[in-house]
Amino acid sequence: MYYNGFGPESTLRKLCPNELGQQWRRERELAVKKTLIAVGFEGSANKIGVAFVALDGTILSNPRHTYITPPCHGFLPRETAHHHLRHLLPLLRSALSDAGITPADVDCLCYTKGPGMGAPLQVSAVAVRALSQLWGKPIVAVNHCVAHIEMGRVVTGAEDPVVLFVSGGNTQVIAYSEGRYRIYGETIDIAVGNCLDRFARVLTLPNDPSPGYNIEQLVKKGEKFIDLPYVVKGMDVSFSGILSYIEATAAEKLKINECTPADLCYSLQMIDCAQETVFAMLVEITERAMAHCDKKDVLIVGGIGCNERLQEMMRVMCSERGGKLFATDDRYCIDNGAMIAYTGLLAFAHGMTTPLEESTFTQRFRNDLEEQYQQQTLALKLQSVINLGHSCCGFNFRHDRVQSWSRAEHLTSGTGSPPHSQHSAARAATKKEKDEQSDFKIEKKGTGKPFRSSRKGIVLDSGF
Amino acid sequence: MAQVLLFFYIIIMEVDRVEKEGFGVLLKQGAEARVFESNFVGRRSIVKERFSKKYRHPLLDSKLTLKRLNAANFLHLCSYQEARCMTKARRLGVPTPALYGVDPLLHTLTFEYVDGLSVKEILLDFGSNGINEEILDDIATQIGNAVGKLHDGGLIHGDLTTSNMIIKRDTNQLVLIDFGLSFTSTLPEDKAVDLYVLERALLSMHSSCGNVMDKILSAYRKSSKQWSSTMNKLAQVRQRGRKRTMVG
Repeated sequence: MYYNGFGPESTLRKLCPNELGQQWRRERELAVKKTLIAVGFEGSANKIGVAFVALDGTILSNPRHTYITPPCHGFLPRETAHHHLRHLLPLLRSALSDAGITPADVDCLCYTKGPGMGAPLQVSAVAVRALSQLWGKPIVAVNHCVAHIEMGRVVTGAEDPVVLFVSGGNTQVIAYSEGRYRIYGETIDIAVGNCLDRFARVLTLPNDPSPGYNIEQLVKKGEKFIDLPYVVKGMDVSFSGILSYIEATAAEKLKINECTPADLCYSLQMIDCAQETVFAMLVEITERAMAHCDKKDVLIVGGIGCNERLQEMMRVMCSERGGKLFATDDRYCIDNGAMIAYTGLLAFAHGMTTPLEESTFTQRFRNDLEEQYQQQTLALKLQSVINLGHSCCGFNFRHDRVQSWSRAEHLTSGTGSPPHSQHSAARAATKKEKDEQSDFKIEKKGTGKPFRSSRKGIVLDSGF
Repeated sequence: MAQVLLFFYIIIMEVDRVEKEGFGVLLKQGAEARVFESNFVGRRSIVKERFSKKYRHPLLDSKLTLKRLNAANFLHLCSYQEARCMTKARRLGVPTPALYGVDPLLHTLTFEYVDGLSVKEILLDFGSNGINEEILDDIATQIGNAVGKLHDGGLIHGDLTTSNMIIKRDTNQLVLIDFGLSFTSTLPEDKAVDLYVLERALLSMHSSCGNVMDKILSAYRKSSKQWSSTMNKLAQVRQRGRKRTMVG
């Protein structure tokens, strides 16, 4: 019934197409017994997704549903929220049955706290609150941007890339520096996806599956190049000028009665050039960020990340610099529940939960605001957590820590620490000392109740 | 006359050598150019080679080159522009490396090798080993002075990041490098964006050094006569960006 982005046999870490159903089932049973499982709810824009993910990286199920509006219409918050409300519970049921688990197997409930549209965000926030009461499970709030980055990193295996995060609502160049992700360049007005969607609206392209995809299929590389505004300010970009230009000229040419084939052809060419110009701007700021922070690799995440022309341009740029491009396809680029579940589960495995009364949502969830560096926000903590996780051989090292405060069945069903976990724990400990300045503390073994909520970690509401 | 002829002879020999041996050791690949360490008539020198952006549509690339240079669409004019801005900065009293030569065919610039650490390396070292306040203040003041002088002379650096500033090892003097994105302008908008790039670079890489930007700006106020309009514009530029304020 629902599009399952991942297929039954794929896991986050190794996407091996040869793994067949039976082996997958056996692995999944083991995963269910051994590790923590999270459910993730993503509903920050026009997609609602629910996913079950295990701590070892297995995606148990990941269905999603997209709210598709008629051509020339964007999605409005209220209608999108209605769509999400209608589909959330059926999606959850289908995700549960796909994963073959019961609510009792779930350890935490993760949801998108922001950034995004208010009304759609509210749907998943409310659903998670209700489920938390029904199932008696703790909540973990997740930053959407961080989830995209972590998903991209774990899927592609990129170690320390410059991240270009491009989607319908975001355009940022991000890199990891001095203990956290920092934004090097971004758009100063509208997001690139927003800009492309509006181009599609000029041409009255359908919104199914997405306007950007339809543009990509339609435009052909023309010989002629039309002069369009190209705005790069420092490491920032601006798209509003190019959008008004296209809307003013193309809309004029495409008036329904007077549109000649030549006009249509010209407009198509113009949209093609616009896409070309917009992507050239993005690649340029990425290249400048790479030169500035001496990094060789690039990771593209977010919905526009599956555009093949953008990937091609970025690949050329990377190869000129002796680096590599890491990109994923639509299953991981486009918003999905698994990225929320996975990121939230990492945070949960380090003892972070969100108390019920603080499980709110927020439309503006910037994680780099200078004034807030001093405040230890959840987002920042989350980032140090995740980096800690990655520097220590992926997921497994946490078993010994996790067991100490996870519930009894996990304790008893565990088959002892894997041989490398001691070593990993030692590495984690040394890393922890380094991370002390970011005020992140791993919960000590044997102390505290299960699901202890770290109150200090949740300073989210003010200023975002 | 004989001296001039000798000079040309040396230049020709140099060109021959470059053709045979290449530019030297690759030091760094920036966003616009590759930088090599080389030897110019017995002196340690830097060779900077521009390259075209292959990822762009060729027509877009030549258009941008044209726009950024106010000149014909040839790559070597980038080098001319850069050379012009470097010498202009020197005239304005801002230390830059001495220019040795421009090669329009190979799109290269050859200039003096400046021995010292970049401000980026120094600040990163402060970040990990503790801050030396005295040196930090000195660096910040020098940066503010240099940028103020540039802006008053109508020159915009265009890429003011900490990796484009070098502190000379012997004199502790600040040297600005990489005028590859420089242009002349007297608009407060351009000056403010120039400062904003610096601010973002500092925040993104050196936030552990405290508020260096405030120190730089106070020095900038003293050295630039038109500081007030630039500062007003800077306040506006800071407001740009998504999800920053509660407006809109």
